[in-house]
Amino acid sequence: MMRLGGIVVAIASAAAIAAPFFLKPYGIFLISTWAVLTIAAIGLNLTLGYAGQISLAQGAFVGIGAYTVALLVPAGVPFFAAFMAAGLLSFAIGWVLGYPALRVQHHYLAFVTLAFSTLVFLVLRNEEWLTNGIYGIAGTPRPTLLGWQTGAARDFYFLCLGVLALLSLATWWMLRSPWGRAFVALRENPVRALSLGLDTRRYTLMAFAIGSSLGGLSGALYAPLVQFIEPSSFTLGLSFNLLLMVIVGGSGNFFGPFVGALIAVLLPEWLRVTQGYYLIVYAAAVMVMMAFCPAGVLGLIERAGGMLRPPRKAAGAFTDGAAT
Amino acid sequence: MASFIQLLVSGLATGAIYALIAVGFTLLWQTSQTINFAQGEFVMLPAFFVLAAMNAGAPFWMAVLIGIALSIVILGILFKIIIVDPMIKYGVLPLVISTIALSLFLKESAKDFYSSQAQPFPALVPAIDIRIFDAVVSTQSLAVLAVAIVTVVALNLLLNKTRLGRQMQATAQNATLARILGVPVRRMVLYTFLLNAVLVAVASILVSPIYLAKFTNGETLGIAAFIAAIIGGFNQVRGAVLGGVILGVLDNLSAAYISSQYRGAFPLIILIIVILLRPQGLLGRIEERSV
Amino acid sequence: MFRSALFAPVVVAGLGLTSPVLAQSTVYIPAILELSGAGAVSGTNFRDGMLLAIDEINAKGGILGKKIDTPLLDTQSDAGTSRAQVQKVLDNKPYVILGPVFSGSVLVDMLLTQQAEIPEIVGGEAAAITQKGNPYVFRTSFGQQFSMPKIANYMRDGIKAKTVAVLWVNNDFGKGGRDTFIKEMNSRNIKVVADISTESGQADFSADVVKLKGANADAIFVYLNEEESARFLREAKKQGIDKPLVGETTLLGQKVIDLAAGAANGVRGHVGLTVDAPIPAVQEFAEKFKRRFNYACDHNGIKGYTAVYFIKHVTEKIGKFDSKAFAQAAHGITITPKDEPGILMEATWDKNGDIDRISFLGEVVDGKQKIVETLPKLGN
Repeated sequence: MMRLGGIVVAIASAAAIAAPFFLKPYGIFLISTWAVLTIAAIGLNLTLGYAGQISLAQGAFVGIGAYTVALLVPAGVPFFAAFMAAGLLSFAIGWVLGYPALRVQHHYLAFVTLAFSTLVFLVLRNEEWLTNGIYGIAGTPRPTLLGWQTGAARDFYFLCLGVLALLSLATWWMLRSPWGRAFVALRENPVRALSLGLDTRRYTLMAFAIGSSLGGLSGALYAPLVQFIEPSSFTLGLSFNLLLMVIVGGSGNFFGPFVGALIAVLLPEWLRVTQGYYLIVYAAAVMVMMAFCPAGVLGLIERAGGMLRPPRKAAGAFTDGAAT
Repeated sequence: MASFIQLLVSGLATGAIYALIAVGFTLLWQTSQTINFAQGEFVMLPAFFVLAAMNAGAPFWMAVLIGIALSIVILGILFKIIIVDPMIKYGVLPLVISTIALSLFLKESAKDFYSSQAQPFPALVPAIDIRIFDAVVSTQSLAVLAVAIVTVVALNLLLNKTRLGRQMQATAQNATLARILGVPVRRMVLYTFLLNAVLVAVASILVSPIYLAKFTNGETLGIAAFIAAIIGGFNQVRGAVLGGVILGVLDNLSAAYISSQYRGAFPLIILIIVILLRPQGLLGRIEERSV
Repeated sequence: MFRSALFAPVVVAGLGLTSPVLAQSTVYIPAILELSGAGAVSGTNFRDGMLLAIDEINAKGGILGKKIDTPLLDTQSDAGTSRAQVQKVLDNKPYVILGPVFSGSVLVDMLLTQQAEIPEIVGGEAAAITQKGNPYVFRTSFGQQFSMPKIANYMRDGIKAKTVAVLWVNNDFGKGGRDTFIKEMNSRNIKVVADISTESGQADFSADVVKLKGANADAIFVYLNEEESARFLREAKKQGIDKPLVGETTLLGQKVIDLAAGAANGVRGHVGLTVDAPIPAVQEFAEKFKRRFNYACDHNGIKGYTAVYFIKHVTEKIGKFDSKAFAQAAHGITITPKDEPGILMEATWDKNGDIDRISFLGEVVDGKQKIVETLPKLGN
């Protein structure tokens, strides 16, 4: 991004740090939710926006991460270890799921991940001995890191924000590395990437697994955030929401997930003036946006700021009917 | 043994419903790459059109016709013009997102503008129970089966024996070539949408007496449609029918004999297996053109 | 820079920085309910019963001269959203909170309201809700730990069943009921020969009926939500189940009877809250509700209606809007319809916030619910 972008990011970061001092606990809860969901959205953006794979399983990975932490922490495992466990477990499951699944074409992958998502829900709900079933797990404690207690709203927010910043930087660095640039090459021109000798399958699989692990890490923060998790929180609905966040924000754009998650968290609040009809308005707004600017809000801004930049090539998944 | 037959028969009846919904879904996909995630809600909605018409005073038979007509206009024409056309040029994904948003829109609209409570729905045929080989089937289920069979036969005739149908098939297989050959592709695509609208309206009227008209009906029916379509095979109407029937029977058998808590899992596992091992489905042909 | 410039004030507004201006002449009693999602039927019923009561009370001048201000917040049937909503209302210092109905949402909200010492009148029926030692939670319907023993006694003494089959819906309502019921069966030495779970929203019950027939129990306990009950009853009649079907309000309500179209005859069970009770006050309420909202309410509507009158009565008793005093006064209070017609039936609240009230054993005869026996309150 150009220098203008850099300044915007700096201002946004400052706003993110200053915000909780001006907000009531509800507002702080909202932005904490934003931070946590953005992590999952970044993961999905890797899978979808960069590697071009439609995954409807991200919600399930958030659930896997959440349950991992919710089960390990009360059993005495330190939060940091549980957090890493959540990420590793999700990575592993993502790898195992992706290995056969990524062989099929995009739209079929959507259905495989859809089925996987529902299967995870069923396991979480039915295996009461492990997950306490439909009753859920209440009271996951917020961690104390090196003496810093994060129980209070503001403190926990800073924890979430910190984790978000770390993971964003890690993702940024990864995408800038030679390895990461291969991802982008895949998206822009799969055929050429193949001809250059890139093992596309391996890269796609890594992207999927890393994206899933980010989902798990997001879940690891979700459990102490809401302090009550139940299987119903992690159904297809969450996966659809995350998908919407990535697309609405701007798929394939690094900052897309941030914007998309912000809109998803705040829009229901803004629309509450419409009383009970806000879901209808939200759905209609998404449809309108898709009709006019499928590249998402950031795409809209880029277009508005139009100017000298050559038109960005649409992400691979957008290309109509092209061979994979 | 009696119970097995009972399960089989009930499963066939449910499967026939899934088949009807899956057929329309398949047609849309084939001709216009539209993966309609709102297909379930499309089946939920026409019942409410009929109920609204009846509330306005129309007798049942007229309300049914009004329901089908509204379905054609809203779920066929408007759907295509307002949602599909503007987005198809951006590719599959924005359209998928839009149909997901559309399903939410339709569901909440039915809930807010009609009712969140389940509504009884009058049956086309009176519900009498008949004994067949030790199993009890209701005439409603038989009616569903009959209509489904008639629909599939008619559809097959349409697609294979009429000029219109063959043009639609050509559009599905290779739109560019069809256009070159003089097939009015845009119009063919429109016809598919209208056809889907009729199919879902029919399915809705058949299903609602049994399921009761409720705004959440679309959730399970939609997923069932996708699974049926994929298991059966995407490029054949016959495939969607077979898929629906397999799904209906499988669901019943697994619930009865294996585990009721995991009853929802078996269709999903079959789906995953089919996609991984035989993505063209049981009856489908391997696609010459990848989507 | 327009992005930041525009975003900021909009973000600020959205984050609830601007709090609602509360008129001095109203009392803030927000309602957090399932208005969309899986719980929409229960939540909207509760809401409508509640609104009926609020309008009646406000028309007569409100509580202690202040009108009731009840903004509605939607949990979307999700525990996380519910928690967010409760946080939001707590920021604005409510007097008492109404709802939610889903037990999962209730449990997560309770963590916060207990800390804030704000009473919550909830619609959830799970036993766990009143077993957490929270002095600020109350309900206006039986917890499952009270309704299940009554049904179990009926199974043992009325039907004299030695074996029972259980059919339940796999959500926290159904599972909670099933767990409590099986515990009661075990303590009465009645064997559970079939334990069948069904999905919320399920339409095809043929497999379940086949299994029930195969189990051949003396009686079948059915614990589903209303619409599923109707569908199940039709399938049961079709396949000719002849053993007694026993349930709760969700099986015997007029709504289920209507939807089941004749298949409900012969069904029996325990009804705690029902618009079909042979009590004039309840009948009158049912009429009012139907006239205003155009549908017959279920037990959640009564929960909502009586919850508001409960708040009114206790508040008038303590004479001020003091949340802590409310909780203290509410424990152990008995309210009769003579003192407070809106309470519909005499009720006593115990130290856990649970309600004690008469209830009924009913049977469906000729498409109508007939009360067979009135069961007295557990206390006195």
